[in-house]
Amino acid sequence: MTDIPFLSLAIWVPIIGGLLVLATGSDRNAPLARMLALAVAIAGFAVTIPLYTGFDPGTSAMQFQELSSWVPRFNINYHLGVDGISVLFVLLNAFITIIVVVAGWQVIQDKVGQYMAAFLIMSGLMNGIFSALDGVLFYVFFEASLIPLYLIIGVWGGPNRVYAAIKFFLYTLFGSLLMLIALLYLFMESGGSFSILDWHQVPLAIQPQILVFLAFLIAFGVKVPMWPVHTWLPDAHVEAPTGGSVVLAAIALKLGAYGFLRFSLPIVPDAAQQLAPYVIALSLIAVIYIGFVALVQTDMKKLVAYSSIAHMGFVTLGFFMFNTLGIEGALIQMISHGFVSGAMFLCIGVLYDRMHSREIADYGGVVHRMPKFATFFMLFAMANAGLPGTSGFVGEFMVVLGAVEYNFWIAFAAATTIIVGAAYTLWMYKRVVFGKVTNPHVAELEDINGREFAFLLVLALCVLGMGLYPFPFAEVMHASVDELLRHVAVSKL
Amino acid sequence: MTDMQKLYLLVPLAPLAGAILAGLFGRLIGRTGAHIVTILGVAVAFVASVVIYQDVAAGNTFNGTVYTWLQSGGINFEVGFLIDSLTVMMMLVVTFVSLMVHIYTIGYMAEDPGYQRFFSYISLFTFSMLMLVMANNFMQLFFGWEAVGLVSYLLIGFWYERPTAIYANMKAFLVNRVGDFGFLLGIGLIVAYAGSLDYVEVFAKADALAGAEMAYTGWPLLTAICICLFIGAMGKSAQVPLHVWLPDSMEGPTPISALIHAATMVTAGIFMVARMSPLFELSDTALSFVLVIGATTALFMGFLGIVQNDIKRVVAYSTLSQLGYMTVALGVSAYSAAVFHLMTHAFFKALLFLGAGSVIIGMHHDQDMRNMGGLRKYMPITWITSLLGSLALIGFPFFSGFYSKDSIIEAVHASTIPGAGYALFCVLLGVFITAFYSFRMYFLVFHGEERFGKAHEHHEHHGDHDDEEPSADHHHGLAPGQKPHESPWVVTLPLILLAIPSVVIGYLTIEPMLFGDWFKDVIFVGDNHVGLRELAANFHGPVAMALHGLQTAPFWLALAGVALSWFFYMKRPDIPAAIQRTFKPIHALLENKYFFDRFNEIFFAGGSLLLGKGLWKGGDRGLIDGVIINGSARLVGWVAQISRLFQSGYIYQYAFTMIIGVFILLTFWFNRG
Repeated sequence: MTDIPFLSLAIWVPIIGGLLVLATGSDRNAPLARMLALAVAIAGFAVTIPLYTGFDPGTSAMQFQELSSWVPRFNINYHLGVDGISVLFVLLNAFITIIVVVAGWQVIQDKVGQYMAAFLIMSGLMNGIFSALDGVLFYVFFEASLIPLYLIIGVWGGPNRVYAAIKFFLYTLFGSLLMLIALLYLFMESGGSFSILDWHQVPLAIQPQILVFLAFLIAFGVKVPMWPVHTWLPDAHVEAPTGGSVVLAAIALKLGAYGFLRFSLPIVPDAAQQLAPYVIALSLIAVIYIGFVALVQTDMKKLVAYSSIAHMGFVTLGFFMFNTLGIEGALIQMISHGFVSGAMFLCIGVLYDRMHSREIADYGGVVHRMPKFATFFMLFAMANAGLPGTSGFVGEFMVVLGAVEYNFWIAFAAATTIIVGAAYTLWMYKRVVFGKVTNPHVAELEDINGREFAFLLVLALCVLGMGLYPFPFAEVMHASVDELLRHVAVSKL
Repeated sequence: MTDMQKLYLLVPLAPLAGAILAGLFGRLIGRTGAHIVTILGVAVAFVASVVIYQDVAAGNTFNGTVYTWLQSGGINFEVGFLIDSLTVMMMLVVTFVSLMVHIYTIGYMAEDPGYQRFFSYISLFTFSMLMLVMANNFMQLFFGWEAVGLVSYLLIGFWYERPTAIYANMKAFLVNRVGDFGFLLGIGLIVAYAGSLDYVEVFAKADALAGAEMAYTGWPLLTAICICLFIGAMGKSAQVPLHVWLPDSMEGPTPISALIHAATMVTAGIFMVARMSPLFELSDTALSFVLVIGATTALFMGFLGIVQNDIKRVVAYSTLSQLGYMTVALGVSAYSAAVFHLMTHAFFKALLFLGAGSVIIGMHHDQDMRNMGGLRKYMPITWITSLLGSLALIGFPFFSGFYSKDSIIEAVHASTIPGAGYALFCVLLGVFITAFYSFRMYFLVFHGEERFGKAHEHHEHHGDHDDEEPSADHHHGLAPGQKPHESPWVVTLPLILLAIPSVVIGYLTIEPMLFGDWFKDVIFVGDNHVGLRELAANFHGPVAMALHGLQTAPFWLALAGVALSWFFYMKRPDIPAAIQRTFKPIHALLENKYFFDRFNEIFFAGGSLLLGKGLWKGGDRGLIDGVIINGSARLVGWVAQISRLFQSGYIYQYAFTMIIGVFILLTFWFNRG
């Protein structure tokens, strides 16, 4: 291994860069802020690439570890590291940040520096979440990442942004307070360690295991979001600016799911096994119930937000079946969802920037004016509906296969998504893109410009590339997922 | 990689390259460029298929991986090819019909602004279909399965400004997804219990699977697998009750109706079941299920063909019915007869569709047969080729359709599987119905009084599809006095090239395909099933079979159908109308296509929307947000307000509260003792 602290770079390059962008001051320096933000985002992505190229898929151990003391009195450390479960999310996060900066290039004209800075800082903080191996460090990053997102929704959001921002903040704060209690409990039980890896080995009786599990379930379930604590998400998405929605869907939702794999499963495996049926039930409700709710949405963003919840239901379903196909499929689904939902929100953003409406009924016949856009949108819609050849298929397919192995009826219920998911996505596409032009504003639409073309093309290549050759994505996971499953199978009682 | 393996790769990739070039660089290469690259791509695929055919005929087969798509949970997900006699036959059919359709499209779509896009789509379709038939594993099969569905969706909705077209394409996709739902679960069961996606590996474990039971349900595993897989076939091959999308798919341009919705894609389900014969053979329950579904489709979809007035819809219902025949053949273990009929049908049905398209061109995009008549004078090539196609369809001796259909009927006759009696009734009556509606169409279009060119007399009531047919804006029709004209050579050449195999292919290939050893190593028939064995024992060459056919019931039934349609539509055109009046309820039932569409719209589509609204308004908004979230917010506010009352700052209130508190505590204290 090299001595370059790539994980620290992945965290601090965007954060320090973000502070520099913030320092550009008022909107008179907006062009400078944009260029600087783009440079920082690209640099932030560049420093994560060695994490993949230098990653050793043969081991389940933490790689690129960095360890130094932070608060010695409480044995709190600045401890970073990634394994096959987390490494791809660091890359995804850094990658999406570039897209978001480019997507906000012209659209954001107000407080440009602050906007870009908020995204960059958030990106760094989220890398911190994915790579923290110390409970307190994790918690600090976890909480801190709320603030930029809260500001993004609250400052650059839509008319009802304050309600949405507060709802988002309170929902997630409530969850994280329970997590804090659980972390402190684990600190005491482990004899004074905040190391997550130590916690994996701490023996616990079933009663405390269940309580800790429930605390984590609420904390992470809100983030995922799982039914029934999902109602903040549609509101947050609708009010958030496009970039906010992209980061929210592509990265922020993954934090909760990641937490299940890093905390719940390995720390309290017996409780996880015992309560798995309930989590699976909640996941299936998310897949089916939310699918039908998505069907009747009249607001495009709300529809995609609900479809996100349904897709994340597949993720939690995959985790709690405790088989390789399920967990790896869920992880693949998370990455794919980052591309696909990000792209869906960007597509809606492209339309919103032109029409200032998210109502499906205001559209129709967009293809007549925007054929290039319609092509991209079709690809992403199909990916959202899980068409083979796109990334959206891979994870769903694996989770369904894993589910049949686990219990046929669960697979039966989950597989309904291939009908309902196609129904809400294609119905929306039909009403927005196909048909005759009825709204005169649609008749004046202009097709995507070079910048929009560029970021949609990049995402399209990701969606297709991952759909046609997911091998490298899964390859890095195997060792870590196998180790996790081995670990979960051993009782801690 | 050997040269042969390179050739295997070339077959799907050449059309794909054409599709990409025409699709992404359509504006750059222009209309001519688009059709040159795509036709070249498909022609290369066809020639390569011919070479591969010769190689396979020489005894060389192939089963290997192209690349590993994914590895997870001990399962290898691969992209790979299985090249054997069944594959290569499908490759030949697909690439040949596709090539014909590509050429035809030059004429048919000449004036369409979406010319390049259309060529790109049909080449993409060819690629997807080839990947489907060449697959050596279930994942790639599913891949091709969904990919052809996607292209079908894109092509049905090709004219995206038409409300009917974009309704039909969504319907097609969703109904197919219902089938895919079953298909996916079937694949899941295979992976869970056989631990592999590879055909050969799974087939090797077929016996073990047949003995196993499914966990949690106790069902016989193999039956469940086969029925799940067959549900997928029901969607793709449009079997009752998942047939509803196919008639509506006629909203797409006619060349794709020929290629996708008649010759190739819709036969994917038949191909799949034939490929899976080592599995299906071990479950009589599944075979009976297949048989009954197929027989029902064969007969009852035929009935609907009788009441159609749109020329394409007649052909569409006839396709449904013929797909039913193929499915019946699968059900009685006559897999090779099913595939044989698949092949002959691909030629004559593509011919009939393209012929109908030629008529539509001649009629200036009027598709209503009541506005036609006497076209044989104006469109001689279309007329003759359509007649040949119709004769093949009704199974006239010596024509290709005769050999395949008669084999199926004989196989049903010999079968002892439950449901065979019902199936025999359906397929026999179906022969009469097929002949009747086919020649009804033939007489209405090519013979009799010339009804075109009479402006404002276009029939306003378009038979069925009440609200779904405002594509009337595309029904230009002929102006008064205007005459139809024969189509250009790019249209008639494919007709002629398809007419040749429609006539002779059955005669030439029945012996090796059904009774020889062409499918020997590919299609498996269990000893407990008769399949085609009895037929083979009585087979003395194609000429003898055709001569024998002249004395059997199907021939006379077909003849009766033709005669009756001649009598009804040539001799006494008043009779059909009278029958229609007398048997109004039956006619209404047929006009409404047995009310499948209305039921689906009200029950499934309407029900889903209602459920969605209920969950959203009642669950998300009412219960979760309304009561719990905002409720707890209100509760906090309420508690705060109450506690504010206690912090009024007046000493006497505090004192009073304290006294009450002490009183209550004392009460508890005393009662305790």
